[in-house]
Amino acid sequence: MPAGPRRRSRIRFRGLGLPIYTALALIFLLIPIAYTFVFSFNNSGKLNIAWQGFTLDKWTHVCDAQGVCEAFTNSIIVGVVATVLATALGTAIAIALVRYRFRARSLISLLLFLPMATPEVVLGAGLAAQFLSLGVNKGLGTIIIAHTMFCISFVVVTVKARVSSLDPALEEAGRDLYGSAAAVFWRITFPLLVPGIAAAALLSFALSFDDFIITNFNSGAVDTFPKFIYIAAARGIPAEANVIASAVFILAIVIVVVAQVTRAARAKRLARLH
Amino acid sequence: MATGTFAEKGADLELVGIQKRFPGFTAIESLDLFIPEGSFFALLGPSGCGKTTTLRLVAGLEEPTAGRILIGGKDVTSTKPFQRPVNTVFQSYALFPHMTVLENVAFGLRRRSIASPVEKAHEALRLVELDHLAARKPGSLSGGQQQRVALARAIVNRPALLLLDEPLGALDLKLRRQMQLELKDIQTEVGLTFLHVTHDQEEAMTMADTIAVMNKGQIEQMGAPEELYELPRTAFVANFLGQSNLFTGQVSGTTPDALTVALGSASITVPVARAPRRSGTVTVGVRPEKLTLLTSAPVAEAGRNVLGSGRVVDVSFSGVSTQYVIAIPGAGDVVVFAQNMVFGPVVHVGAEVWVSWAVEHGFGLEDAPDEVAAGVHDAAVAAGLDDSGFDSEPALEKA
Ligand SMILES: Nc1ncnc2c1ncn2[C@@H]1O[C@H](COP(=O)(O)OP(=O)(O)OP(=O)(O)O)[C@@H](O)[C@H]1O
Ligand SMILES: [Mg+2]
Repeated sequence: MPAGPRRRSRIRFRGLGLPIYTALALIFLLIPIAYTFVFSFNNSGKLNIAWQGFTLDKWTHVCDAQGVCEAFTNSIIVGVVATVLATALGTAIAIALVRYRFRARSLISLLLFLPMATPEVVLGAGLAAQFLSLGVNKGLGTIIIAHTMFCISFVVVTVKARVSSLDPALEEAGRDLYGSAAAVFWRITFPLLVPGIAAAALLSFALSFDDFIITNFNSGAVDTFPKFIYIAAARGIPAEANVIASAVFILAIVIVVVAQVTRAARAKRLARLH
Repeated sequence: MATGTFAEKGADLELVGIQKRFPGFTAIESLDLFIPEGSFFALLGPSGCGKTTTLRLVAGLEEPTAGRILIGGKDVTSTKPFQRPVNTVFQSYALFPHMTVLENVAFGLRRRSIASPVEKAHEALRLVELDHLAARKPGSLSGGQQQRVALARAIVNRPALLLLDEPLGALDLKLRRQMQLELKDIQTEVGLTFLHVTHDQEEAMTMADTIAVMNKGQIEQMGAPEELYELPRTAFVANFLGQSNLFTGQVSGTTPDALTVALGSASITVPVARAPRRSGTVTVGVRPEKLTLLTSAPVAEAGRNVLGSGRVVDVSFSGVSTQYVIAIPGAGDVVVFAQNMVFGPVVHVGAEVWVSWAVEHGFGLEDAPDEVAAGVHDAAVAAGLDDSGFDSEPALEKA
C-alpha cells in the first residue's frame, strides 16, 4: 500500500516537528533570563561580561555595588504608591463610567484610551515640559505622578470589564436590605470587583516597575531600577543587578505557582464538599 | 434603619397619581392604589404591563416621574431604599454570589443590628426547607432553591411591607402550594402587608384578599377575587382572569331590574345591577362553567337565557371537565365547561345543541364596543404567552 508509509512518515514528522519547534521557541525566549540568572553567580569585577568563576557573594552582598539597592528601593516605592493611587482612582472612574449617565461620559471613555495609544516618548516628554513650565522639581514625586497617569488607563479598562459584568440588581438588593451606600459598596460591589481590581493592581505595578522611557524624562537625578541598568549598561552592568533581576523573576514565578496551587486545592475542596 | 427591632405590624401603602416614564416609553400612566395594612394584595397582569416597575417604585429603586408614595401614612417618595420599611423578593433572585446562603439571609438583619442574626437566618432557612444548604454559595443551588433563598432573605426581616415579584415562579406545583401556605401563615401571624406580583391567577385567587388586574401600566379592575371573577368590568379582565363568553348587541329593552340585549333573532337578559352600560351597543358576558348544554330545545323559562341551536365544533376532554365549543348563528363561538358527571363527553362534534344560563350569572362590561376587541386581544396574547412559556418580547413590541 503506497499510501500507508507516506502517511506514516508525515505523521512522524508532525509528531517530532512540534516539540522541536516549541523547544526552540522556548530556548529563544528563555536565553536572556537564563543568562541573567547564571551571570548573577559570576565572580566578576566591575564588568560582568566574561565568566570568571562561580560565587554566591553577589547574592549575599547585593547592596555592595553602588546605586543598585537605592534604585531598586526607588522602583518599589514608585511602583507601590503609583499602583495604589492608580488603582483607587481608576476603579472609581470605571464604576462611574459603567453605572452612571453623565455628560461627556463617552468622551471621557475615549480620552482614557489615549495614554495607552500614545507613544511613551511623547507622553514622557509632554509631561516633562509641563513640570518644567510649572517649575516642579523632578524627583520621586514626579515619577509617581507620571506612573499614576499612565497606569490609570489600564486600571480603568481592566476594572470596567468587571463592573459591566456585575448585575446591578445585586446592589439594589443590598440597598433594599437596609444597606447604606457605604455598606453596599464595601460588602457587595467591592468584593465582587476584587478579581478585576487585583488584576489591575498587578498590571499597574508591573508597568510601573518596568517603565524606563517616561521615567527617564521625569526623574531628574533619581534613579529607578530600569534607569540604573540603562545607565550602567554603558559601563557594564554589575552582577548585583542580575541578582535583583533574578530575584524579582523568581518571586513572580513563586507567586504564580502559589496562586495556582491554592486555587486547585480550593476547587478540589469545593468539589469534595458537594 | 438602625432600629434593631422588627416591625410590630404591617403598614398600609398608598400610591397617589404615580406616573413612570422611561426615556421613550411610559411604563405607568397613572396609578392610584391603596393597600390597607395587614392585607395580602395581589397584582396580576400580562408580561410587560408594569408590575415590576410598580414594585421598584415602592421599594425606592426607581423614582416616579410624578406622584407620591406613602407607607404607613408617611410620604417616602424621596427617601432612599434602605430607609424604607420594605423588603423585596426579586424576580431575578439577586442573591449575593460571594456570600454563603446563610450570610445572604443574615445580610438585612446585620445591617439593622438585629440580635442573633445567625439563629434567625437559620430559622428562615428552615421555613423554606433549605437549612441543610446554609453553608453553600448560591451559584451551586438549583433555580427553585435560589428562589427560596431569596424568599427567606426577604421574610427574615419581617418588614412592614413585603414586595414579592413572582416569588414562586420557579417552583414545582407541590412546593409552590406548600410555600403559598407558609407565606400566608407568616403574613397573618404578624399581620404584615404583602404586595404579591404573579402570573398565576390561581395563586392570586387563593392567596390574596384583594386582586388588582393590571394592563399596559394601568389598573383595569381591583377587588376581592370572587368579585373580580364573577363581575369583571372589562373585556380584558373577563378573559385574562379565566375565560368568558362575550356577546355584543343593541339594548332592546329595560325594566327596573333587567336589561335585554338583542343578539340577532335571540336576546339575552342581564340584571341591571350587573350592567354598568345601559343603552346603545353594549357587551354582556357569561362564564363558560355557568352554561348548561342541552340536546333538545328547552321550553322558555323566566330567569334563564337560551341560545341556539348551534353545532358542536370542538370537544376537548381535560379530566375533571370537558370543554365544548359551539358555533351558534348570530352569537359566534360559545364555550361551555361541563363537569364530567358521566363517562366521557355528553355530545360529540356535529351534534345540534342549545345552551342556557341563569340571568343572574350574566354580567355587562364597562368597555365601549371598540375597546372590547382590544381587551380580548390583549388577554389572548397574555394567555398565549403563558401557555408557551415565552417571556415579554412580543407583548413589549405591541406596547
Ligand atoms: N429601565 C427601563 N428603561 C426603559 N423601559 C423600561 C425600563 N424598565 C422597564 N421598562 C419597560 O416598562 C415596561 C414594564 O416593565 P416591567 O418590568 O414593570 O414589566 P412586568 O409587568 O414586571 O413584566 P413581567 O411579567 O415580564 O416581569 C416594559 O415594557 C419594559 O420594557
Ligand atoms: Mg416583572
